[in-house]
Amino acid sequence: MGLWLTGYAILMFKIGVILTGVLLLAAYLVLLERKLLGRFQARIGPNRAGIFGLLQPIADGIKLLAKEDVMPRGAHRRIFLFAPAVVTGTALLTFAVVPMGPDLHLGGRKIPMVVTDMNVGLLYVFAMASLSVYGVVLGGWASDSKYAMLGSIRGAAQMISYELALGLSIVPVVMLAGSLSLVDIVQAQAGRPFVLVQPLAFVIFFVSAMAESKRIPFDLPEAEAELGSGYHTEYSGMRFGMFFLGEYVQIQVLGALTAVFFLGGWRGPFLPGPLWLLAKIVLVVTAMIWIRATLPRFRYDQLMDLGWKFLIPAALINIVITGFVMVGI
Amino acid sequence: MDMTVYAVFFYIIAALIIVSAGMAITRKHMVHAVLYLVVSFLATALLFYLLGAPLLAVFQVIIYAGAIMVLFLFIVMMIRPAPAGERSLTAGRLAAAFGVCGIYVAAALVLAFMAAPEAGRPMAAAAASPFAFGFYLFDRHWLAVEMVSLLLLVALIGALHLGRAGRRNQSERKEPL
Repeated sequence: MGLWLTGYAILMFKIGVILTGVLLLAAYLVLLERKLLGRFQARIGPNRAGIFGLLQPIADGIKLLAKEDVMPRGAHRRIFLFAPAVVTGTALLTFAVVPMGPDLHLGGRKIPMVVTDMNVGLLYVFAMASLSVYGVVLGGWASDSKYAMLGSIRGAAQMISYELALGLSIVPVVMLAGSLSLVDIVQAQAGRPFVLVQPLAFVIFFVSAMAESKRIPFDLPEAEAELGSGYHTEYSGMRFGMFFLGEYVQIQVLGALTAVFFLGGWRGPFLPGPLWLLAKIVLVVTAMIWIRATLPRFRYDQLMDLGWKFLIPAALINIVITGFVMVGI
Repeated sequence: MDMTVYAVFFYIIAALIIVSAGMAITRKHMVHAVLYLVVSFLATALLFYLLGAPLLAVFQVIIYAGAIMVLFLFIVMMIRPAPAGERSLTAGRLAAAFGVCGIYVAAALVLAFMAAPEAGRPMAAAAASPFAFGFYLFDRHWLAVEMVSLLLLVALIGALHLGRAGRRNQSERKEPL
């Protein structure tokens, strides 16, 4: 019983640390994005709250919490209230299988630096991604607004399309690692990160990941010029904040997954594992912000053509080639 | 009868499946019905996980809860079916429904016990790794897998053909977008 309680306490501690870290990082990624966008557009960016604007995320949070929570008259009350939680919840749950570092040995007890090392960890990640579509669809539908509805239909079509490319691009990684567990995939990259052996898979994964996160240049579900702001047009206050937070947790998830699948996860010289993972996440997110600042929005047919006619066939060909190479060796 | 933690979880999950499935077939609002069905599928995935089949649980979420039900929701949202008229569940209808289901369950139970007399004993907790599952599937049932995939391919090509036929007729009349 005592052993069981210790295990439970350790698990709760790990979950607490990861949730705090992820939410804190999400808040500061918003600041990073605003700062970088400011620089890219020859502005300064937020610099009033604290030095270098470091208190800006806290000010934003207080502002969102203090705002009125408005609900449209025709909205479906319970679904409207529930939808933002789906987006944020599924994104946060994904972090349960992301390994943060090598096993820790404390007082003769082995503590793995991951909440749960599932043997189907990779599929769990995709299960969470496929559930997050509900947040977008239901949020738009329950708002009882044409713009929100159009945004959510676009969002669902886009997420379903790019989920395929995302999943197929990872198959060669699974073939090389011989496991669906994220811990094993990081272990398999001891010699070289998979980005060196699977550059095509990396590109497909990265592009699909950007499309999944619904950010510029793939931000058709929230195209401001046409749809207000898409599926969350009718949301206000902290409920809008939940969608916003969900988006930044999601890009963190995608950054962490890119790191785990292609950049060697927590592996790296000198620094401890969690710091390397953090550095790699920030690197990937910075690349996403840079692309966001550079490219205009796609047209809808270009978006669908890119996914179905280019990324999915390329991913399939990559799987076949990887198979031949592996059998040849 | 002593209740283990697993047994407690089992009964909670089983109750969740039955209640949400019942709600799904009695809701008048289509979107609500779809959502209850999603809850039912998610609870089924939990049950698979509890029985030691994490791979099956994850597939249940990805395919049924994540893909098929999203398409259902999509269609319901797009075509906005008129709400069903007032159909009252009279005692006679309820009795008929429960009667049919009862006969089916009873027949299934009798068949199960006749085929394997040990079916009444509690199942031992066993975990199937993805490796073991894949090996079993492609070792023993490779023909069935190939047949199913061929069937899906035919359905895919059929859908493609129907979609193209619709577009060809349209483009003669209208400028493409």
